[in-house]
Amino acid sequence: MIVYLLCFILFLVGLFGVLTKRNVIKIVIGLSIMEFSIFLFFALIGYIDEGLAPIIVQNISSTKFVDPLPQAMVLTAIVIGLATNSMLLAIAIRLYKKYNTFDIRKINSLKG
Amino acid sequence: MEIILSIVIVFMILGAIYALYAKDLLSALIACGIVGYGLVICFLLLRAPDLAIVQIVVETITLVIMVAVVLNSTREELKEKAVVKVDGVSYVHQRYIVNVILVVVFALFLLYFFKESIYTLNHFGEHVTRMSTAYIESAAEQTGSANLVTGVLFDFRGYDTLGEATILFTAVIGILTILRAKAKK
Repeated sequence: MIVYLLCFILFLVGLFGVLTKRNVIKIVIGLSIMEFSIFLFFALIGYIDEGLAPIIVQNISSTKFVDPLPQAMVLTAIVIGLATNSMLLAIAIRLYKKYNTFDIRKINSLKG
Repeated sequence: MEIILSIVIVFMILGAIYALYAKDLLSALIACGIVGYGLVICFLLLRAPDLAIVQIVVETITLVIMVAVVLNSTREELKEKAVVKVDGVSYVHQRYIVNVILVVVFALFLLYFFKESIYTLNHFGEHVTRMSTAYIESAAEQTGSANLVTGVLFDFRGYDTLGEATILFTAVIGILTILRAKAKK
């Protein structure tokens, strides 16, 4: 049970960063920390004690595998996380070129 | 098992806190790398080698992109002071108070639901496979894939992968649009 709680604390650290930091790069870091904690939570849910990695080998007849379904979901989510992260960073580059700062308090004069 | 995992996760939490409070943005990114690669170790401990491989690749790419962004702009973190001094009287910045209250409210709200939902979960390591029992039993004959994760991802849940590819495509188009040097006439 303690691992679930630690995973939740990791999520809260990311949330704290997103809500309180004023630097665009720090916000991206906070978002990716939240993502990581969710991936970890999924992998924790699917774990079975003394289960094998879900790969079938001919000579071993044991059928006690770790749950492959959460792993497949996380595999999708990791790649999507890469896409969203790079999109956020592209927006950060654009903002820096236009306003010459990463401070979101000074980027409040957006138009259009 | 649980103890080793806890140690790694505590290490990740420390890295995350340092990443949020580092003065230099470059060291903040390196500390973010601690969290990502700690996650790789967790995946290996949790018997998820596919996830570990993908996470290593993705984390490396993300770090390289972030370092490129930071080196092309500024490495200095904004100077933020929680306590402001005016005429010798120091008072806490109003925005800071609002932020902390917001965080506490969110944290309590999430903690309540976490507490409610944690009772419905099985204990760590005593997971009962429900629908993936069928996947585990029949994946080898039905899909011909020795790796069950690949079997689920590309065969039983192929539409997930289609959606993932769509999102990647959309993200690439979005990035190209955002970073375009000047507008077309």
